[in-house]
Amino acid sequence: MKIIVDRDKCVGSGQCVMTAEGVFDQSEEDGIVELLDPEPPAEAAADVRLAASLCPAMAIRIEDAAQ
Amino acid sequence: MAVDDRFPRRVGDLPDTRSGGTRSEIVTGPVADWATDFSHVEPEWAADPYPIQDDLRRRCPIAHTERFGGAWLPTRYEDVAAIAYDTERFTSRTVIVGNFRPPRDLEPVGVSPPISSDPPFHHEARRLLLPAFTKSAVRRLEPGTRAFCHELVDGFKGRDVVDAAQDYAQHIPTRVIADMLGFPPEDGPRFREFVENVLEGINLPTDERIERVDRLFDYLLQQIHDHIDHPRDDLTTYLINAELGGRRLDASEVSGMMALLLIAGVDTTWSAIGASLWHLARTPADRKRLVAEPGLLPTAMEEFLRAYAPVTMARLVKQDMHWRGVDMKADDWVLLSFPAANRDPAQFERADEVVIDRRVNRHAAFGLGVHRCVGSHLARMELRVALEVWLERIPEFTLADPSAVTWAAGQVRGPRTLPVRIG
Repeated sequence: MKIIVDRDKCVGSGQCVMTAEGVFDQSEEDGIVELLDPEPPAEAAADVRLAASLCPAMAIRIEDAAQ
Repeated sequence: MAVDDRFPRRVGDLPDTRSGGTRSEIVTGPVADWATDFSHVEPEWAADPYPIQDDLRRRCPIAHTERFGGAWLPTRYEDVAAIAYDTERFTSRTVIVGNFRPPRDLEPVGVSPPISSDPPFHHEARRLLLPAFTKSAVRRLEPGTRAFCHELVDGFKGRDVVDAAQDYAQHIPTRVIADMLGFPPEDGPRFREFVENVLEGINLPTDERIERVDRLFDYLLQQIHDHIDHPRDDLTTYLINAELGGRRLDASEVSGMMALLLIAGVDTTWSAIGASLWHLARTPADRKRLVAEPGLLPTAMEEFLRAYAPVTMARLVKQDMHWRGVDMKADDWVLLSFPAANRDPAQFERADEVVIDRRVNRHAAFGLGVHRCVGSHLARMELRVALEVWLERIPEFTLADPSAVTWAAGQVRGPRTLPVRIG
């Protein structure tokens, strides 16, 4: 899977960091989402999907490669 | 340089935020049935709300009350989450349930942005505050916080019994936020009064309640003027100079944001520290394990936040609607009980137990959705440092008198009297 984040939409709620730590973080400068791993391993997929669905600003998009 | 004349000296000269608001009848006294007459400010709730919430979750699960002019209390995680995410049908224009609803034309800003704001205004207002609360910004505050915690424990010298809430927990977030805002540290005791006035005085006669809230804003305006005359590197000066959508903030926005930071920054964390110490004082096995394994503290702390989440937020219903089996009316309150959500067995295994090594713990103590706590890194740092210092300096402690423990009533719940034996 490939993750795309929209920093303009992000409100820094931190839900993604709490849900998929290691893939997402909040920037040290402005608290906005930082993508640590744009193409995370398969075992992180479920957490990443949950993080995308939980993002209240809908700032996380997932592009799926063929499974 | 042009004179900055945005800020009046007195709250009475701020733009009016009350005309057009509605008052409801003040109803107090024992609750007849928690499903139809709940009140989160009655002593029974303050003392132990969890059995009440568990019972409601099983048989309701969305309780109602005619008090406060009509309010709802969802108790399942999924319902609390759904409302927290739904900014279309639930407004944040005020987030403290009471007997006064401010006028609708305050939307989308509200009286204490961004917590009282709805999208799209909320977005920029919140982003303004984020840089002050990043992990690195918080890290810079840690050494001072730790030194202050040690100072508080030094003050216990010669005493066998201390009040862990009043002599310890309370002072930590108060000092930290006063430093961040650039307020005199000796004003700490006044902050406690402000917090009580805003959060606990909700059933006072409305005029008295308004007068008490005004005292907070008078204080904030005084601080703003002091900062205009003597600018310094702190959050108050930052807000005075900040821009939002290409303009500087107005007096209501600056003072409203300061009010939010002061109130939300003080008793929330004070409650979390106090509740954690209360748990450890009465649970020797957990206390001993944390003393022996300090590395477990960050994990244990999340469990304390889940099990004893201090904060309940609120929304107002925008339009009459049928929602998940109940008929909500426009301007009904809805309590967002993150404490109840955190103990929903559908969301957490062993939801009613405190499991200090719980591995997966996606609790809602900091809220959910766009309004999720902006200060969570700060709160976590304060809670961790407060517990680290306490356990290092006072590894043995017990409740001195369990019946003397008192808890705050209302939307922020934590111990307010907590005598512990330390010697």
